[in-house]
Amino acid sequence: MEGNTDMTKIQHEIISDFMLFDDWMEKYEYIIDLGKELPLINEKYKTDEYIIEGCQSKVWLHAALINGKMDYSADSDAIITKGIIGLLIRVMNHQTPEEIASSDLFFISEIGLQEHLSPTRSNGLVGMVKKMKIEAIKSLNQ
Amino acid sequence: MTKLIHALKNQFNVSVIRDQFPALRQKIYGKNLVYFDNGATSQKPQVVIDAINRYYALENANIHRGVHFMSQRATSDFEAARIRIQKHLNARKSEEIIFTKGTTDSINLVAFSYGELLNKGDEIIISAMEHHGNIVPWQMLCARKGLVLKVIPINTNGEIIQEEYDKLLSNKTKLVSVIHISNTLGTVNPVKEMIKKAHAVGAKFLLDGAQSIQHMKIDVKDLDCDFYVFSGHKVFGPTGIGVLYGKEALLDAMPPYQGGGDMIEKVTFEKTTYNHLPHKFEAGTPHIAGGICLGTAFEFLSTIDLIESEAYERELAHYAEQVLETFEDLTIIGTAKNKTSVVSFNVKGLHPFDIGTLLDKQGIAVRTGHHCTQPLMDFYKIPGTVRASFAFYNTKEEVDFFAEALEKSINILR
Repeated sequence: MEGNTDMTKIQHEIISDFMLFDDWMEKYEYIIDLGKELPLINEKYKTDEYIIEGCQSKVWLHAALINGKMDYSADSDAIITKGIIGLLIRVMNHQTPEEIASSDLFFISEIGLQEHLSPTRSNGLVGMVKKMKIEAIKSLNQ
Repeated sequence: MTKLIHALKNQFNVSVIRDQFPALRQKIYGKNLVYFDNGATSQKPQVVIDAINRYYALENANIHRGVHFMSQRATSDFEAARIRIQKHLNARKSEEIIFTKGTTDSINLVAFSYGELLNKGDEIIISAMEHHGNIVPWQMLCARKGLVLKVIPINTNGEIIQEEYDKLLSNKTKLVSVIHISNTLGTVNPVKEMIKKAHAVGAKFLLDGAQSIQHMKIDVKDLDCDFYVFSGHKVFGPTGIGVLYGKEALLDAMPPYQGGGDMIEKVTFEKTTYNHLPHKFEAGTPHIAGGICLGTAFEFLSTIDLIESEAYERELAHYAEQVLETFEDLTIIGTAKNKTSVVSFNVKGLHPFDIGTLLDKQGIAVRTGHHCTQPLMDFYKIPGTVRASFAFYNTKEEVDFFAEALEKSINILR
C-alpha cells in the first residue's frame, strides 16, 4: 500500500505544519490563506450539478479518474470552508480509488478541525468527503 | 429568592443579574465568553438550574393521577407554574395556558386543531418576515384543507407594510399569524393595531412571542390576541417546554390535537369523551420538570423590572448598531424604526460563516446563516447574516470586545 503511505505521510506533514501555531486565530489565518491562494475548480463546474448544499456554506465538487488516479477540484463560497477543502484535496488528490475508498482522514481531528466535519455542522464538508469517497468507489466499478 | 427580590426590585443592575448566570462566567478557547446568541436560546439563572436539580433529586413523580404525597406535590407544583405563567401573561384563567414542547409545537397545535374548524377557500395571513416555524405548519394545513396562504410584504427597512395588510384582510381571512419581534431583524411589529384589524373582519390572531416574551412585558388581555405562543428555553427556562395561550372559548371549540392519557374523561372502545381545558391538549405525561422549572424562570423574571430591562436592551442594541456603523462596507440588515435586541449584519465580500467562525475562536457566540427565515433572506437577496442578539445580562463592554474581535476577523479575512 505505497499510496496509502503517501496519504498518511501528507497527513503527518499537515499535522506538523499546524503544530507551529500557538493559538486558534493563527491556525485559521493559515487556513484562510490557503483558501485565498488556491484556484480550486474550473468555473464551468460551479453549477447546480456539482453543488453540495450546506446550511451555512456551499461546496462545489468535481471528480474524475485520470490515469488510474482520482483528480478532485472543489470550491466554496466561504473562505474557511475553501481552506479546509484545500487541505482535503492535498491529502486525497492523485491517489488511487482503492486508497481513497479505505482512507482514514485522521489529520482533521489531530489539527482540531473536527467540528467542521461533524454531521451537525452542515457546511457542505461532510457531504463533500462522502462524495469524494463515493466517486472513488464508483470509478472502481467502472 | 426573597433576598434576590429585594436586591433587584426597582433597580436594574446588570452585574447583579449577570451573577445569577453561571454559564456567563466561563472561558471559551481561553477567552471570556461573550454570549450574543440569545435569539437562539437564553442562558439559565442559578435558581432555574437548582429547581431542575431539586426536581430530579427529590420531587420526581408523575402528576394528575397518583394518590401518594410525591405525586400530589409534583401535581400542585406543575399547576402552580401554570398559574404563575397565567398571571405573568395576564390571562383570564389558568385553563388558557397549555403546556407544549415550544413555540413550533404550539403553532402546530393551532394549525392542526383550529385548522379543523376551517373550510376550503378560507384564508390565512402571515408576514414575509416569519420564522419557518410560522410558515410551514400553515403550508401543511393549507395543503390538507384547501386553504389559501397570503403573505404580507415588508419594506426594505424590515417593516410590515400595513397598507398591504389592510388589502389582504377580508371576510375570507380566518387567521392572521405574525411574529411579535423578528428573530432576524429585531423589528417590533405593531401587533396591537394588527390584531384590532384582524378582529374587525372576524379573523383570529396568533402572536408568535418566541422573541418577545423575554424582552418585554406581555399582557394578552391588553393585546387581545387569540393565541400567544412561546418557548421556555428562550425565556431563561428549560428546553423542551413551551406555552400556548389561547382564549378559553376558542380552545373549547377546538378539537384535541393528540390523543392519549390525561386528555380523556372516559374511554370505552365505543366512545371516548375528552377532558376539560387545559388537559384536553396535554396528552400523555407532560414535561413535568420543564413546566415546574419554567414557573421558576418566571419567578426569576418577576424580580426584574421589565420596563427597565426593555429600555436597557434597546439602548444596548442601539449602541451595538452605532459601533457597527463605524465599520466600512458593513450593512445592517433590518433598520425598522421600532426594533430591539437584535443586530443582523453583513460585511461586503465576506461570508457570514467565516466571520462567525473567527468570532467563535475569540470566545464570541453569534449566529450565522439564514436564521430559519429563508424567504426573508431571499427578499434581501443574501445567503445569510451574522446576528448578534442580546439579553438583559449583556453589557456595552461586551459590545466593545465584540467590535474589536470583529475588526480582527475582517482584517484576517480580507
